Amino acid sequence: MRVPISWLQEWVTVPWSAAELGSRLTMAGLELDAIEPAAPPFTGVVVAQIVEALPHPQADKLRVCQVTTGSGPVLQIVCGASNARAGLRTALATVGAELPGGIAIKAAKLRGVESRGMLCSSRELGLSEGNPGILELPQDAPLGASLREYLKLDDTTIELNVTANRGDAMSVIGVAREVAALGGGALQTPAVAAVAPVLPDRQPVRLEAPDACPRFAGRIIRGIDNTRPTPVWLRERLRRAGVRSISPAVDVTNYVLLELGQPMHAYDLAKVEGTIAARMARPAESLTLLDGRHVALEPDMLVIADEAGPVGVAGVMGGERTAVSATTRDLFLEVAWFAPESIRGRARRLGLHTDASQRFERGVDPAGQVRAMERATALLLEMAGGRPGPVVMTEEPARLPVRSPVTLRRARLTRLLGIAVPDGQVNSIFQSLQMQVAAAGEGWSVTPPPHRFDIAIEEDLVEEVARIMGFDAVPERPATRQQVFLPLPEAVAPERAYLETLVGRGYHEIITFAFVDPALQGALFPQVETLALANAIASDLSVMRISLWPGLVRAALENQRRQQDRIRLFSHGARFVVTQGTLSEVDSLAGIALGRRLPEQWGSSDARESHDFFDSKADLTALLAGTGAADEFSFEAATLPCLHPGRSARVLRSGAAVGWIGELHPRLIRELGFHQAPVLFEMDVVALRVALPQGREISRFPQVRRDLAVVVPEKVSFSALRERVVLSGSSFLRNVRLFDVYRGAGIEEGRKSIALGLIFQEISRTLTDDEVDRAVAAVVADLRENLDARIRE
Amino acid sequence: MSDLGSVVDQALHEVASCSALAALEDCRVRWLGKKGGLTEQLKALGSLPASERPAAGARINEAKARVQEAIEARRAELERAQDEARLSAGRIDVTLPGRGELRGALHPVTRARLRIEAIFRSAGFDVAEGPEIEDDFHNFEALNIPADHPARAMHDTFYFADGRLLRTHTSTVQIRAMLARGAPLAVIAPGRVYRSDSDVTHAPMFHQLEGIVVDENISFANLKAVLHGFIEAFFERDLGMRLRPSYFPFTEPSAEVDMSCVFCDGAGCRICKQTGWLEILGCGMVHPNVLKASGVDPERYTGYAFGAGIDRLAMLRYGVNDMRLFFENDLRFLEQFPAF
Repeated sequence: MRVPISWLQEWVTVPWSAAELGSRLTMAGLELDAIEPAAPPFTGVVVAQIVEALPHPQADKLRVCQVTTGSGPVLQIVCGASNARAGLRTALATVGAELPGGIAIKAAKLRGVESRGMLCSSRELGLSEGNPGILELPQDAPLGASLREYLKLDDTTIELNVTANRGDAMSVIGVAREVAALGGGALQTPAVAAVAPVLPDRQPVRLEAPDACPRFAGRIIRGIDNTRPTPVWLRERLRRAGVRSISPAVDVTNYVLLELGQPMHAYDLAKVEGTIAARMARPAESLTLLDGRHVALEPDMLVIADEAGPVGVAGVMGGERTAVSATTRDLFLEVAWFAPESIRGRARRLGLHTDASQRFERGVDPAGQVRAMERATALLLEMAGGRPGPVVMTEEPARLPVRSPVTLRRARLTRLLGIAVPDGQVNSIFQSLQMQVAAAGEGWSVTPPPHRFDIAIEEDLVEEVARIMGFDAVPERPATRQQVFLPLPEAVAPERAYLETLVGRGYHEIITFAFVDPALQGALFPQVETLALANAIASDLSVMRISLWPGLVRAALENQRRQQDRIRLFSHGARFVVTQGTLSEVDSLAGIALGRRLPEQWGSSDARESHDFFDSKADLTALLAGTGAADEFSFEAATLPCLHPGRSARVLRSGAAVGWIGELHPRLIRELGFHQAPVLFEMDVVALRVALPQGREISRFPQVRRDLAVVVPEKVSFSALRERVVLSGSSFLRNVRLFDVYRGAGIEEGRKSIALGLIFQEISRTLTDDEVDRAVAAVVADLRENLDARIRE
Repeated sequence: MSDLGSVVDQALHEVASCSALAALEDCRVRWLGKKGGLTEQLKALGSLPASERPAAGARINEAKARVQEAIEARRAELERAQDEARLSAGRIDVTLPGRGELRGALHPVTRARLRIEAIFRSAGFDVAEGPEIEDDFHNFEALNIPADHPARAMHDTFYFADGRLLRTHTSTVQIRAMLARGAPLAVIAPGRVYRSDSDVTHAPMFHQLEGIVVDENISFANLKAVLHGFIEAFFERDLGMRLRPSYFPFTEPSAEVDMSCVFCDGAGCRICKQTGWLEILGCGMVHPNVLKASGVDPERYTGYAFGAGIDRLAMLRYGVNDMRLFFENDLRFLEQFPAF
């Protein structure tokens, strides 16, 4: 909200510079957003009057004006504005003047006619964007006076960011109250005299929803001239506050809203049909608003209606049918009080955010309606003439909010702030905020003024004391809490450790959005149930991810597009799995790798190979080794639609599925445009729980190794083979090492040779050759029998 | 025995002519091994009369010792020569790069988050978590933000068809932590949050840090101390801090926290928009309605809560000037953060 300081000065003495004012308000909770001068710097512009305006002999659009500044010679000025006419008082930039943007005014010839200065538009003076014509000043504007002084342009506007709880501060008077409380001058209350009615006319008003609208002040004013220009001082105030001038009737309502924080509305009385009612919208009712938009009304929306239907959404915006126009002669003014809970959220639902709704949602002073009506009437009569009727108050006072006293205990104040505030200071703070204070027990009983809607509980009073005193007055003091030891369960894998494992293996962590493109996710996981956002911001961010793979695939593709040819990415976060309508968020760790096996380097022939399934499996195995229970994990051939059916596996821990690994399906590689085949993995983080390590005795006796080349049918998996070896090997078989897998010459089609190193060792003695021979023979016999194996010589 | 002298001479000659360690070992076996020349001499002692045996034996042993000595000396020479040869032949360019995998990197936001967690753990805070898909109760109602509350306008919320939503702040974990653990309590909750903003400076997903402490005598003065301590620990330097009154429905009193600008030390620069201050946190004393909604007696306990943007902290700490970089996942950006 924008407040010109000169306007504020009418209500309170501001003993500070604009910057100091802004800083003090900020530190009291009204945050300063900007400080702006009312006008950019310019010099040499004075009030002048056009004595004569004749067509330019050489140019249709120019006029040759004779201009007086009250004293000195009459000046000849060439002007292009269509409103340059004899008798008009306007702004003259004299020779030597400097206008905004560094434009220097010199005597010049325009199309052969001498011109000694320039008549200025508000745009040329940096006062507003609109209105191309030259400034129109009132006839009593003093000729020759500096325009800056006459319009009080050496003024500053402060822009404040008012929080949602402080409707009371959204007005000049509201900010003035804060300034007064913060040690500025005392609040001035300009007398608002009642305007005596000269007409008996009364517009009937009925309150049909008295909880939402318990008070409605109305007044008829007949015979106004709404075509008259709004006086320049008022237009200037509106401009500085950021409001466009429209017509006297509208400008007055806006002025009163800005000054007193009381929204009001002016109706064209001729268009109002019969009794006006404040009531809830009826089913299927709709309304064309002032801004031309047609909106459907909902049953919890309070409307102002006449006998022909709604004429406005209460507290939000009026309707088009009864809007005032230039030709309006008779007005009906509304100054109502609407309960915040009846207004809240309605504007937003209608896609609106108006000055009125902002204030009503936060709370308007329930005691301010008559004052606002009298202020508006007086201004309007002065500006547009007219004859007023009486102020007619339709109300149910019992339904207006009542400010109840709130108790503040001294001990509670001290306990919450951490310091004791002297009683005298507490009293004076509440008094400065126009609160009624009385001593009550071990504290105070405080009754807030009607304009405050945010004081309901003790803590609200604590905040008032603290913010007026200044938060800086509260020292920083560490809490004295009981010493506690935080649990540090060793079974929970430390996040940094498992992330670092992948980092150490060349992976970069990425963070992708939790909502993904349904097209990409559907291509990877066809027919899988997902959860869609009801109000996504983009179609490619519209369903919750059921896997981290869509994000990884997309990031890998984007990096490939950026000419990266070796990509290793991982991601950690929740995936959102829907199983028969039930959602679970699964903490997951996933990766993608493609390109060379190793970064480009010298002296390693292996490095040029393409990254394949087993490279990713090694990365994943390194990760799983961190659990200290690598033996509990197994990989079992399994298929997913997005993976190469011959190169994918489910990861199990103790038999339970906990992850996937596999090469992307060739069809997807082609469709997505990957240059190389990516390998993907995904693990449930919960499966990385750590087994508490236990030390074991180390044998001091020699180990014996026997190598064995076993030829088995292709369909025999290594894990099946290994399992048989472990089962049939003796109790002193310590380890089985795989050192070759061979197919080709010497091995018949459909079979493969697997070379194993068997390591034997006893804990308490040296093994004999005979024992080892027998153990190996047992393994061989078992493999022959169970796996159709033969031993390669 | 007359030829012992010539045998030794021959042995010594052979030893001297050995130019490799393997040849020297062969030579040793040939002369001193079980069937070696000099060993054979000893075996021949048996054929001598008993009276001559000691003297002859002594001479043979002396001869063996001489040959042994010569072998050892030659071995040392050859080993030295071999070392020399290895040294001169084995010279490498130590500036060539090492082989194998390079190091990847943690995402800078994760890096900042883990750092924040470590700092708060060191101050006695536990780390709590909550779901990202929430209900209206935890995201709004329990935080004293009823339907149509103006504060909801500041939370551009993503909804699902059934009324659930993506949490707009990690304050949801305040409620969950209090309901689960009760008072006293000191936890932080870092996590991902979502707002349906889509302008240049806002991402629809970002990271927040929530903190809450509830105990029998927790005050605003304690809150100030913790926040200032955290900011200075995170940035590892002295920093000014100020609290401005503000409004959050779930705290009372509420404050916005500014720290002095880390780029200009408060002198005013482009980053801090010439104010000398950077807005870094929101905080306040937990509203009694929130304590009540979480089953904590507000007469017995008081508490404070705070919330901060982790992305913003990471940007300030690591000199990242555009938040969107965090979610573009460009390797050329990510590679800038390989440090531990």
